[in-house]
Amino acid sequence: MRGVSVIGVGETQFGELWDKSFRDLGIEAGLKAIQDAKIAAENVDALYVGNMSAGKFIDQEHVAALVADYAGLADQHLPTVRVEGGGACGAIAIHQAAMSIASGVYDIVVVGGAEKMTDVGDVEAMQILSSTTDQEWESVFGATFAGLHAMMARRHMFEHGTTREQLAAVAVKNHRHGAMNPSAQFQKEITADMVLQAPRVAEPLGLFDCAPLSDGAAALVLCAKEKARKFTDTPIDLVGTGHASDFIAVHDRRDLTTIDATVIAGKRALHAARKTPHDVKVAEVHDNFTISEIMAIEDLRFVPKGKGGFATEDGETALNARISVNTSGGLKARGYPVGATGVAQAVEIVRQLRGEAGKRQVSGAELGLTHTLGGTGGTAVVHLYARGD
Amino acid sequence: MSAGIVSYGGYVPRYRIAPKDIGAVWGVDGEAMGKGLNIRAKSVPGPDEDVITMSVEAARNALRKAPGIDPKDIGAIYVGSESHPYAVKPTATIVAEAIEAAPILTAADYEFACKAGTAAIQTTMGLTLSDMYRYGMAVGADTSQSAPGDALEYSASAGAAAFVIGKDPMIASINHTVSYTTDTPDFWRREGQAYPSHGGRFTGEPAYFKHVLSCANLLFKRAGTRPDDYDFAVFHQPNGKFPVRAGKQLGFNDKQMDTGLLVREIGNTYSGAIMVGLCAILDIAKAGQRIFAVGYGSGAGSDGFDITVTDGIDALDRKAGRTMRQMVEDVKFIDYAIYAKFRKKIRMREG
Repeated sequence: MRGVSVIGVGETQFGELWDKSFRDLGIEAGLKAIQDAKIAAENVDALYVGNMSAGKFIDQEHVAALVADYAGLADQHLPTVRVEGGGACGAIAIHQAAMSIASGVYDIVVVGGAEKMTDVGDVEAMQILSSTTDQEWESVFGATFAGLHAMMARRHMFEHGTTREQLAAVAVKNHRHGAMNPSAQFQKEITADMVLQAPRVAEPLGLFDCAPLSDGAAALVLCAKEKARKFTDTPIDLVGTGHASDFIAVHDRRDLTTIDATVIAGKRALHAARKTPHDVKVAEVHDNFTISEIMAIEDLRFVPKGKGGFATEDGETALNARISVNTSGGLKARGYPVGATGVAQAVEIVRQLRGEAGKRQVSGAELGLTHTLGGTGGTAVVHLYARGD
Repeated sequence: MSAGIVSYGGYVPRYRIAPKDIGAVWGVDGEAMGKGLNIRAKSVPGPDEDVITMSVEAARNALRKAPGIDPKDIGAIYVGSESHPYAVKPTATIVAEAIEAAPILTAADYEFACKAGTAAIQTTMGLTLSDMYRYGMAVGADTSQSAPGDALEYSASAGAAAFVIGKDPMIASINHTVSYTTDTPDFWRREGQAYPSHGGRFTGEPAYFKHVLSCANLLFKRAGTRPDDYDFAVFHQPNGKFPVRAGKQLGFNDKQMDTGLLVREIGNTYSGAIMVGLCAILDIAKAGQRIFAVGYGSGAGSDGFDITVTDGIDALDRKAGRTMRQMVEDVKFIDYAIYAKFRKKIRMREG
């Protein structure tokens, strides 16, 4: 199979973008990526769009063709695909697009991810988000997204001695990183006290333990590796991919403190790339809640099981420490427009590997990882990127 | 322009409920909620009070200060509110009769969320400037509604203010007035619905702040002024946080905003909010002092006023009746059960 490279990236501002619609966001990110790749519309063979729930958020389905249309590509008659997989849809879209290139069907594919979440009220947004859990066995009985993660956090505290202060350390670090990212929703540092004193959402998780509701979009241009150098001097190769699913309901899982889908997806991606967790110097992981980042860095084997909180508290995951985790600010500070997330993570890693991450640049980054979850861990996708040789 | 305020009168009911007592019913940390909103208590209308009785109180307070005004010279009364007791049948006619301004006058009820009262000031200004009549009365009053348990319940309160507008003798001239209006659905209540709906965080940045700041900047431009030209600044005050943030963003300081910021002690009186704040300022203002006032109504729009207090203020009997400060400080705290009774949330009988 052919290798796949990223030759262009683009993203919108993330946040409560009251004056921008879904289509505005999708087009802005897509055009930025196309400009970055210095390609023309005629070069694009297909469009893949990761989107979780435009049908519920803005009453619009058929969004892939819509974005192509409003981006001025209707006359190209592109094949367009919308990919859904809860919070992982953007990352799955990258996987699907990459396979279409690897198989030799397409040479250049644009992958977008977008979500417009603020056109509905807070309560409705939460209901829509919880539709990625098991509706019949979880939501119906009153389990909210935050509540399910609170259960995981409590169990993690019980089994591994993780503390609320360690959870808070994740939010503090990610806000510190977000303060260096001009596209982030929150570009403001916070203190551990602010996290600990914030109103409780679901004990032990408070307001600052949760990623926000956001609008935003991100896009990549993927290209067959053998042709990438025609368009850019700094291609970034997608060197490994792992995509795994698991029991969708938390209560069916083997262990409350491990996301098995992450473990498997991580192993698959590292195996494909012939790398070990220790080779990864920069990672964007799915911190929809602070506990999620702690479990992710354990399940990806960056730290031993149970040590995620301690490692974070000790600063091992801060910018330019042992492994730089969520340099973009993560879902917590950069924002969490669900469908955009997997693609936005890739945008950050590509910038890091190109050396274009500005104040938050990880020095000597050669291999970067993205980790994206769907639901509470019913899906996990891990991608590994490396500087093109 | 040479029209302005001839007299003014405010009214706030005596009853108060604290956020802590509201939160206790709903399993919410009400004290933290109150702190977040910068509201220590909200006023509650008594069981026999409504927008009509409160408007009459405010109107009478305005006339009490200026015994020289013959109510028969008031050629128009407009009452702005989003809680008029009748859907069909005006509040304004009852106010007109109560202050003996009827029958030779025009009257109507206004609705523009929290800024219907300031819209009435602008209308009466125009009509007195065109000499259609000598005085007009603009009233803003509300017994605002909030669904039990909703975030609004911690702020939605009751209050009223009445302004007699005319050209002579003015106690404060309205040098400039501007408005900024768009179709922005941040807060609404349909016919027949008991409680309003709101757009959560959408009520902040794209609604309140966009309109208040745009209107304020327009007013600075029109008046050729800067924040330090003013002794007082007052804004619509849905909570104690928004007006302070907007004011600071515009360049005003706490000292300029403190007098008119009654929301901390009485909650959000909706159509009354900026107007009772203005009353509190006029209670202590001296001739020559300048006031910057920008209201806000959901839906959405802002009315801005650049006001200069004139020598006429010394002739007004400001000691007649109670000052706003006295009304704000004259309190009787009630618990949620009494609140529920007063606000008719307890169903007494079938049918």
